[in-house]
Order: sequence, then C-alpha cells, then structure tokens
Amino acid sequence: MNKVSKFSLLFFFLVLAQWGNAQNKINGKKIYETRCLVCHQSDGGGVPNMNPPLDGASNVNGKDIARLVKIIRNGYDERVALDGMYYNNAMAANPDLKEEAIADVLTYIRTSWSNKAGVVTTSQVKAALVKNKAAKK
Amino acid sequence: MKKLTQLVSVAFLAFSLPVLAQENAGLKLPEGFKANLFANNIGAARHIAITKSGVVFAKLNNSNKDGNSIVRLEDANNDGVADKINGWAKYGGTGIFVKGNNLYASSNEAIFKYELNSKDEVVNPLAPVTIVSGLIDRRQHNSKSITFDMANNIYVNIGAYSNACQEKDRMPGSQGMMPCPILDSAGGIWKFDGSKENQTYKDGKRYGTGLRNVIGLDWNTTTNQLYVAQHGRDQLNSFYPNLYSDAQNAELPAETFYEIKEGDNAGWPYIYYDPIQHRKIVSPEYGGDSKKEGSSEYKEPAVAFPAHMAPMAVLFYTGNQFPAKYKNGAFISFHGSWNRAPLPQEGFFVAFVPFKDGKATGEWEIFANGFAGTENGAKIANPSKAKARPCGLAQGPDGSIYVSDDTKGAIFKISYNK
Repeated sequence: MNKVSKFSLLFFFLVLAQWGNAQNKINGKKIYETRCLVCHQSDGGGVPNMNPPLDGASNVNGKDIARLVKIIRNGYDERVALDGMYYNNAMAANPDLKEEAIADVLTYIRTSWSNKAGVVTTSQVKAALVKNKAAKK
Repeated sequence: MKKLTQLVSVAFLAFSLPVLAQENAGLKLPEGFKANLFANNIGAARHIAITKSGVVFAKLNNSNKDGNSIVRLEDANNDGVADKINGWAKYGGTGIFVKGNNLYASSNEAIFKYELNSKDEVVNPLAPVTIVSGLIDRRQHNSKSITFDMANNIYVNIGAYSNACQEKDRMPGSQGMMPCPILDSAGGIWKFDGSKENQTYKDGKRYGTGLRNVIGLDWNTTTNQLYVAQHGRDQLNSFYPNLYSDAQNAELPAETFYEIKEGDNAGWPYIYYDPIQHRKIVSPEYGGDSKKEGSSEYKEPAVAFPAHMAPMAVLFYTGNQFPAKYKNGAFISFHGSWNRAPLPQEGFFVAFVPFKDGKATGEWEIFANGFAGTENGAKIANPSKAKARPCGLAQGPDGSIYVSDDTKGAIFKISYNK
C-alpha cells in the first residue's frame, strides 16, 4: 500500500470514528433528556441541596468510570458531598439501560456544557460492570 | 477586636456597595415600597425570626464560613443595615422562632430552646434546652419548620421522605403503598408543648396529615388557625408519560395553601390538587388517570398556586406600616421551581394573599420579584442560576418585612414609603 492510500484509509477511519462519536452523543442526549434532565436539569447544573450538578463536577469528569456506571445502573440513595456542597435526593436505578446506552449517556454528560472529560466506550462500561460485580462479592 | 470588627465592616460594605447601588436591592415592588440589603453573604439563610427590639436571627442550612449555623444580626445605628453580626451553633436546619424571651431553633431532627436577655442576646448559646428530639430525618424533605399558636404550643413540619409514597421512591412503575406507612411518623404537622423538655414522638400529637412537605407555616392570630403551604409532588410526566405531557407536568399539581384544623387530612399521597380542573385528582400511583376525582374527605386548599414553585415561608402581616389591604393577609415566599424542566422555571418571588373576614380571597398577587437577578426578569432554566432564592419571612417591630435568601445568604428589608 502506498503512502497516499495509507493516509486516506487512516483519514477514513478517523472520520468514521468521529461520526460514530457524534452518533453516540446524539443517542446519549436522547437518553439524558428522557431520564436525567428532570433532576440534573438541561444545563447539567443540578438543583441546589437536592440533585448534584453534572456540569463541572469533579467526579463526573474524573477517572472512576466504574462508579459512574454503578450509579446509573443501580441508582443512588445516600447524601452526596460534592465539591463542597451536599445533595439529598435519591436517584432511581436504570436496570434496563444496556451497556451501549450507558456509554452513550456518559459520553453525552462528559462532553457537554463545560465538561471535556471525553468519550466512554461500551467496552469501558462492560469492564466497569465486571469490576463492580467483583467488588460486590 | 475593635479593629477587626472595623475591618470586617469595611470589607462587608465594600462587598455590598455595588449591590446596594441597585435600586431597591434589585427587587421589583409595588408602588410606594422600597427595599434594601439588610445583610449579605451570611450563609444559606433558611427561616428568620425577629425580636421586639428588632434583632434578627437567621437559621442556616449548614454552618457558614465562620462555622456558625445560627446568625444574630443587629442594626445598632438604625440605618436599615445590620452592623453587629455574630453567630453560634453547629447544626444545619431551617426552623427559628422568637416566643417571649426564648429563641427556638430546629435541626433536621430536633428543636432547641435558648434564653434571651434584656438586650436580646442569647444567654446559653452552647447549652440549649432540648424541647423535642428524634424526629425523622431521611434527607428528603427533612426541614423541621416551626411556628407557635397563641398559647405555648409548637407546630413542627415533619416532611415525607418520599415523592409519592411509592414502594421504591421515584422509581418509574413502582406502585403507591396502601396505606402509606410514612404517614405514621411524617407527612404532616405535629404539635408539642413549647415549655416541656426532652419530648419525642410519643409526647406530641399528629395535628394534621396528608401533607407531603410543608416548609412554610404560620399561625393566623386573627382567626386562631394554623396555615401551611405544601410542596406538591414531582415528576408526573417522567413516571407517567402516557398520562402527562411535559407541558402538563409544568402546571401540575398546584402548590397548595391550607387552613389546617386539628385532624385535617390534605390527602398526600393519594391525591393531588389540579389547579386547572379545580379539583382533587387521584394520584397515578394509586390508580389515577389524570381525571379521576379524589375523595371529598380530603381538605380543599385555601389557595392553589402554580406548580413546583416551592413555598418556603408564610407570614401573616399584623403590622401598621403597610397600606390597609395588607393587614392580616399572608405573604408567602417562593423558592423557585426545578421540576418544570424542560420548560422554564417559575417562582423566585414573594406573593401576597389578601384575606377578607378571616378567609383567603384566592386572588393572590406577586408582591416582591426580581430575586433571581435576571435581565428584565427573564426566565431561567435552572434554579442554580438564580442570584437569590427567597426563603424565610419575618416582620420587624416597625412593620417592615424581611426576606432571607438561602443561596449565599442575603437578607432584604422591605418597607413602605409613607
């Protein structure tokens, strides 16, 4: 393969990957709007004292993907301390959300508003679910 | 110490000046009224109480930057701005009330009593008397707001730790529990003796029930009745999209204002009040279809306000400073909604409910607006964008009213310009 075709192939895959990410984000946005927006709000700002913000939140933008996956799948029913504030409301579980859908909604959350933490892949979500299952035992 | 106080005052003034420069501290008021910032940045000020000499006490939601959760504010030079500010206590909470020479304050599970001296200073800041303890605090709706009747009884809100008493709270498809077991120890107003120490549930009485969460309550001294404002349930559209659109959820259910007599039941979680159909509707968790009418055994509201605006305090106005129409009517502060999303939020104002012959007329109006601080009163998408959120209300000895804000902790003083 000559240099030019190698380059075109690479370019093609890059475009494909970008297009894929955009599709994931669009799907993630749909899931966010039906399941998350009511409490976390359209701007990801949350509701003071009740529902924690996702925009700019340190743990949302952090490295612990497994924790985020766990919260989406199982819900959350503890007082949350986040970036110096406390939030009290319980979050419903989403047992019906497939790995791919969790990856899409996390991608949307982690790349929207001021968040620049980047994409979460389906394989990352699968690995997180395995890790969470192991931690439970 | 004096230098420090001066320094603090100068810093305080420097910070407040740009805000003070705004006419009426940024509030929009009826003709003839004026407002100024009595204090700012004292911490998340929930309810406030004022002594006969005009000393203001604010209960904070959490300890402020000085580590205090009750703040005392005095306007010693009488210029309308607090100049002597100090605080104490380590417990977050909402309720605060001055009764005679005592100051009562609540955490999210107990009520404490402090003694005031002749200068309205607290004698025993570190050793309050416990009046009631052991009240349920499961985080959601845990504010223990308090008021007193004309005897010495305390009325305390114990909010339901739930949205609609589902088997699993806020879980789509989860059914409502029948009967709702929460109502035995929460979801109502309990009455205790204000002078008795160390009371628990068994010493109190459930005075009114079927109230999901009441943060604002006050005793109407002209009719000798308790009035409460309830936070209506959330998320009809997210759990029942086939029955309720986003637009319908934004208007349902009403935030309701009730006159509560002993034994009254306002119907939560079985019904909610629909302000468009003007009737009680069976909750979908209990077999409702958005139209089926609820039982007539449940209390009718005295006033039905638009949905989700979150009433935080009720104040019956007994002063003589405001024009005659305000006398014995009720001010109600609205914190501002979140559950109208994806539609724009509403509230962030203080409303006035006129009373005639001891009854609410139902024709309420916005009294003070502009707390959210948006350009030309533009709507906001998220309550976290509001500059201030009205919470506590109290009447000063001169007949002015005070409004607290539980974001950064401003206290607005509103007076009538004769």
